[in-house]
Amino acid sequence: MATLAFQQSEEKVLKPIEKLVYERPHALAENHTHYCPGCTHGIAHRLIAEVLDELGVQEKAILVAPVGCSVLAYNYFDVDGAEAAHGRAPAMATGLKRVNPDSVVFTYQGDGDLASIGIAEVIHAAVRAEKITVIFINNAIYGMTGGQMAPTTIEGQVTTSSPLGRDIAATGFPMQIAELLSGLPGTVYSVRRSLHDTRHIIQAKKAIKIAFEAQLKGLGFSIVELLSSCPTNWGMTPTDALDWVRDSMVPQYPLGDYKVVDALQTKRGAR
Amino acid sequence: MAKELLKGNVAIAEAAIRAGCEAYFGYPITPQTELLEHMSKRMPELGRTFLQAESEVAAVNMVYGAATAGVRTMTSSSSPGISLMQEGLSYIAASEVPAVFVDVMRGGPGLGNIQPSQSDYNQVTKTAGHGDFRPIVLAPSNVQEAIDLMGLSFDLADKYRTVVFMVLDGAIGQIMEPAEMPPMRELPTERPSWALTGKKNRGSKNIVTSIRLGAQPLADFNDVLQAKLAVIEANELRYEELYTEDAELVIVAFGTAARVAQTAVKRLRKDNIPIGLFRPISLWPFPYKRLGELADRVPTFLSVEMNAGQMIHDVREAVGRNVKLDFFGRPGGIIPLPEEVEAKVRDMWRQIELATQIN
Repeated sequence: MATLAFQQSEEKVLKPIEKLVYERPHALAENHTHYCPGCTHGIAHRLIAEVLDELGVQEKAILVAPVGCSVLAYNYFDVDGAEAAHGRAPAMATGLKRVNPDSVVFTYQGDGDLASIGIAEVIHAAVRAEKITVIFINNAIYGMTGGQMAPTTIEGQVTTSSPLGRDIAATGFPMQIAELLSGLPGTVYSVRRSLHDTRHIIQAKKAIKIAFEAQLKGLGFSIVELLSSCPTNWGMTPTDALDWVRDSMVPQYPLGDYKVVDALQTKRGAR
Repeated sequence: MAKELLKGNVAIAEAAIRAGCEAYFGYPITPQTELLEHMSKRMPELGRTFLQAESEVAAVNMVYGAATAGVRTMTSSSSPGISLMQEGLSYIAASEVPAVFVDVMRGGPGLGNIQPSQSDYNQVTKTAGHGDFRPIVLAPSNVQEAIDLMGLSFDLADKYRTVVFMVLDGAIGQIMEPAEMPPMRELPTERPSWALTGKKNRGSKNIVTSIRLGAQPLADFNDVLQAKLAVIEANELRYEELYTEDAELVIVAFGTAARVAQTAVKRLRKDNIPIGLFRPISLWPFPYKRLGELADRVPTFLSVEMNAGQMIHDVREAVGRNVKLDFFGRPGGIIPLPEEVEAKVRDMWRQIELATQIN
């Protein structure tokens, strides 16, 4: 998509010049997604694709999709892709990366997939310092199965399997994945970002880029947790859902850098 | 290459390496651990991939990942570990990527024990995971045959893009026997066209998936899969016969049970009892047709197994209802003695002779 901007020349004559301000990233396939209106998966997909373009790694990228709403994510990226069993994406990515050491392997996983059924696989991928990147979508609920309680569901949150609101005494505490994985020596980058407004989206993209750079430098395991909205299963409008991320999720899941190894630090601190 | 004294599990691992296995993922479990240990030493020496996974669940999914990259990939385990791998087995089969599994079976159910057993027969031949698929299942009865079938397993996995199992028991895994190793095969320089390597130089992306959301697309895929299995069923039957030409009683047994039965058969033949041995080498596809042909002439069969009676159902399907089919089995991780099999056959033969006299 091109727009026209005007620049004043030395002769004080207004000349139109074409300036490209928005286009589909090459790493994003020309496909309509099946995601619900207002869902932030689309934003996360685009950020990843922009980063793959900017790093020039589309041709060597391999996506491992999860089980959950993003089960078909490989249809939306123009990169090689595999579809893992529920929670096993980090194990599958391990196999792929070990025999394709020059490739860029990333998983894209939701909270049911990563924090519940796949917690062993993601922890041990981090323990082994696998040179893979994990994009972790935390929307505090099971989306695809219709809104059940996830390990990340916050206290009091009503879901179809916690109809009276999540009772911490009976069901345990919300799971802090970015903090948890930051404690492992094999993790070189573990941060949490949010997709609830433009400023935070820009910060999220920067983090995704650093996470991929960590892999390209061969440093170890990198993960970006992204707080995301699920208007459909939260029973909210898209804008209310974004406000709920800001007002209810961010206090439970503080944004920040939980682990950034020295090799990824800039003079201004973690970028 | 000359014969050496080789331990089963180690020989199998080395045979896999020489067949071009480029990636091994596994988890320690008795009685197959020497296989994993050999891999841990040899694979890095050769610049290939070895990884001890955190569980069999992770191991099978690492296998899945490496298999989608188009390299010869394998794992090995024993019965409880194979139960855990069923998830990945189903996904691998549905994705049509080649992968090789070795199951050194132990006594079950549950944690059971670590003694030699054949109690995974049903699991590997019929219920290797959810959905309609079957792996090719090969069952060696000595170390040399295990070495030979290991190479064949990789060739068949690649040929049909399917899961291939080699199943044995702790006895073959642990025994030391003279055997000859094949030479080291050259590794391929290129990956298959469908492999996930990154798009580089390919133009379009590759996708490996097991999801087919529409009912008709999934039904169509099942048709394709079943057609492939039918081709395997027609082309990949393997079995061995001993003294079946004039036999009036035939023992059906595989693996270690067949080896025990063979000793009993040879002794019984010395006493002029017309007995033969039929040994399926491919447990799936099962040699129904050949056994059925034998049943046209042979009136009595005996299934000898190291379990409570699993293969006997396939034997029954093969021989039909018009012949007598008996069972002798030892579940729980016990290898039957040749004398026990011999006594069972003598008892059966006595009754056959008695019936003949009465008639």
